[in-house]
Amino acid sequence: MVNKILEIHNLHISFTTFGGEVQAVRGVNLDLYEGETLAVVGESGCGKSVTASSIMGLIPTPPGHIKEGSIRFKGEDMTKLSDRKMRGIRGVDISMIFQDPMTALNPTLTVGDQLTEGLRQHRKVTKKEADAQAVDMLNLVGIPNPDERMKQYPYQFSGGMRQRIVIAMALICEPELLIADEPTTALDVTIQAQILQLFDKIQKETGVSIILITHDLGVVAKVADRIAVMYAGKVVETGTRREIFYEPQHPYTKGLLHSVPRLDQKGEKLIPIDGTPPDLFSPPGGCPFTARCPAAMEVCSRVYPYSTVRSETHEVDCWLQDERAKKHAATIQS
Amino acid sequence: MVTYIVKRFVYMIVTVFIIATLTFFLMNLIPGSPFNEERTTNAVVQQNLEEHYHLHEPLAVQYVLYLKSIITLDFGPSIKQPTETVNALLGRGFPISAELGIWTVLIALISGVALGVFAALKHNHVIDYMAMTIAVLGISIPNFVLATMLIQQLAVQLEWLPAATWSSPAHMVLPVLALATGPMAIIARLTRSSMLETLTQDYIKTARAKGLSPYKIIVKHALKNALMPVVTIMGTLLAGILTGTFVIEKIFAIPGMGKYFVEGINQRDYPVIMGTTVFYSAFLVFMLFLVDIAYGFLDPRIKLHKEGGSS
Amino acid sequence: MSALKEKHPDNSRSSIPDEWFQPKEKNIDEAESVVRPSLSYWEDAWRRLRKNKLAMTGFVFLIFLAVMAVIGPWISPYTVSEASLADQNQPPSMDHWFGTDELGRDVFTRTWYGARISLFVGLMAALIDFFIGVVYGGLSGYKGGRTDNVMMRIVEILYGLPYLLVVILLLVVMGPSLLTIIIALTVTGWVGMARIVRGQVLQLKHHEFVMASQSFGAKTKRIIQKNLLPNTMGPIIVQMTLTVPTAIFAEAFLSFLGLGIQSPYASWGVMANDALGVILSGDWWRLFFPAFFISATMFAFNVLGDGLQDALDPRLRR
Repeated sequence: MVNKILEIHNLHISFTTFGGEVQAVRGVNLDLYEGETLAVVGESGCGKSVTASSIMGLIPTPPGHIKEGSIRFKGEDMTKLSDRKMRGIRGVDISMIFQDPMTALNPTLTVGDQLTEGLRQHRKVTKKEADAQAVDMLNLVGIPNPDERMKQYPYQFSGGMRQRIVIAMALICEPELLIADEPTTALDVTIQAQILQLFDKIQKETGVSIILITHDLGVVAKVADRIAVMYAGKVVETGTRREIFYEPQHPYTKGLLHSVPRLDQKGEKLIPIDGTPPDLFSPPGGCPFTARCPAAMEVCSRVYPYSTVRSETHEVDCWLQDERAKKHAATIQS
Repeated sequence: MVTYIVKRFVYMIVTVFIIATLTFFLMNLIPGSPFNEERTTNAVVQQNLEEHYHLHEPLAVQYVLYLKSIITLDFGPSIKQPTETVNALLGRGFPISAELGIWTVLIALISGVALGVFAALKHNHVIDYMAMTIAVLGISIPNFVLATMLIQQLAVQLEWLPAATWSSPAHMVLPVLALATGPMAIIARLTRSSMLETLTQDYIKTARAKGLSPYKIIVKHALKNALMPVVTIMGTLLAGILTGTFVIEKIFAIPGMGKYFVEGINQRDYPVIMGTTVFYSAFLVFMLFLVDIAYGFLDPRIKLHKEGGSS
Repeated sequence: MSALKEKHPDNSRSSIPDEWFQPKEKNIDEAESVVRPSLSYWEDAWRRLRKNKLAMTGFVFLIFLAVMAVIGPWISPYTVSEASLADQNQPPSMDHWFGTDELGRDVFTRTWYGARISLFVGLMAALIDFFIGVVYGGLSGYKGGRTDNVMMRIVEILYGLPYLLVVILLLVVMGPSLLTIIIALTVTGWVGMARIVRGQVLQLKHHEFVMASQSFGAKTKRIIQKNLLPNTMGPIIVQMTLTVPTAIFAEAFLSFLGLGIQSPYASWGVMANDALGVILSGDWWRLFFPAFFISATMFAFNVLGDGLQDALDPRLRR
């Protein structure tokens, strides 16, 4: 049995703004097993990036704060750790990669400097050792002539190359968990594929667990072992890649799948999901997807659906799973 | 980088040339030549003027000879005293003004950046509001008003510090304070907003995600980037400080260049006005040139680019 | 929000009535009807500005100043230049609220007269800068290409000229007066505005709505007027607000150097300059009133400008 490396339980995160409180994350439960890749999927603003930042303890406070819940990393609740302790975990045990490689690197420092500074902060190494390790890392992520490239500045690299550097930077202290927030969104499609392959390769070589935050199901299909679908600050469905792609249960998951072109299902029409996600200033009671849901029922707008466990790995929060809903649907069909 | 410097250098020369030309023709627009006999009472002075400006030649020839004299750094005679030349005035006044200017720039820069960074780090905190209110006050109180108020309070009422002249470090305190407050406030505000902007950048998030200490994040990652806009406005600030020396030297009776310039204005000593204007402008434009080069070194794009920056 | 509770115990399912499981009529609009009331750009900006206490204080002070500039000299029994040897250097009293100067002129009257001069110079400079800047910058940004290149080279060189030095030179040549001050200030002052306008126009130029009106064959002039200008107004208003204190400062500075308004007429710079001579005698009111009003006016314009900047910045809307 594989161990859980990360357990998020009933996480609530809010931001206080001029307009009031924004409930960005509203009771998220997520588990991550050692060596697996978990994809967190959802539209922008669904809380997936906030959840990821909170694992790193990088929620800007104020205005944001964790209201409730726990984030356990190897058994230890990180929401309770001191800043100093968190700094010892960041970049060492858990690393994070941000969306836009064009802005993630400091334009005024050399790549080598940025690669080695984390290492020199956390480990007792000489400059020479750090440089050697950085060169190894650049080799691993596939940057040619790493010795020369170390002395260069970010603007001298292409977007894809910069993302490789960012990944190298995140991996240099050999973390156990890598969080990648939309790592391929800002890249060309061809580069995207290369970066995804790189993730695969890295995982095989280092055994790192990966949380992949994305809105792009195409990305997920290639690399994820398990998938969590988020909507309006909640996880509405989790399952293995197989379960999510072939037996999606939540209408929102189905909607997402229908709005992505697929090569294996010719002739099927792309169906966008109508409407926009709810305003998290005042989230609706009940299921937040009700207003956009093609199969909405009275109950949906009143009570948030109970979780239905379909298999050891597949769980979904939807009233359509209820026996009574199935009965009504059957009577209408016939 | 080389191309960048050359380009900036050409700009510098063009600007000085324009100012020199502008000065020359504007002065010749004054009804009846500025060097007219009626304005001078002294035959020797008239002789000096004649010699320097070649007044009997046609205007075009005068202009060419004038440009030549500027290239050789000869700014001509004064109208008022027969033995005085603009060069002599500059020779006496410039070191004093430069001293005033250097202290002002240093103090404005150091305290301005410190205040700005501090306010940014305490964003939306009482300290931030206080620092910024002080900064707006600093911008709002004209330097000559501040100077007179400082004299009235600290020199006349409390007798803490001397009110005039430039003979000891104690004499420097009030003039430097009066002159540095405005630029300091501008730098503080700019540093603050630029620092706040920088702190939201992705590379700061990346640095935090690496587990770097707050000190390292601020000094190594944020400050250098946040100071780039400050460098770019240094030119404007230097110009402000330079013109500020006119009034400050007048108020504190400091025998610098500015005092001679203001006297020249009040006595309508046109050759002195012309000479000092061109000198001031050339000096300032040279400073801007230095600032541009400094910026080039801060920005790796310009520093490493072989064909020069395209900014 | 009780419905948000996670993982209900399974037996409570039965407490939900059966008929709630009927499929509902699909109604997309429902979700969008709950959004907060949307305000127009200007309403929103005004709402945000009003919340900024410092900016509003500045605004109120400026209204007060404008009123006093108009009626101040008029409600006073004295005139600006009326000297009275009997009333030399009087401290503030019932007769002379702000005291008198060494010629026995009433400082109260002169202060409000000075307000007229300062506000007039400031507003005129801002307005003229605005017109030249919008035409020049708008044209440069809109035309683009070579025209833009040449026009901006000119601006760049003008920008490199030391502002006050050029103004001093112009005044030496033209002779000091209210008109020449305004001319001298605007000859170099419009450059900043032109830069801002050009930047705004460039940013907005490629927006779809411009493309749209272009495809309908709208003329250049119409595109600038209808589509571009309203969107560029925010930064321009801020720039104008901040031009005023610069111009007020420049006028006082020049007057202080003897290149501005000439005695017997009053401006704050002239009054501060006159007060310098008596600074050792302890006649504090001579310096205090012009110094206070010039600083307070600049402060008011600066905080109002800052407030407008925050209020009009679309990035900060929420």
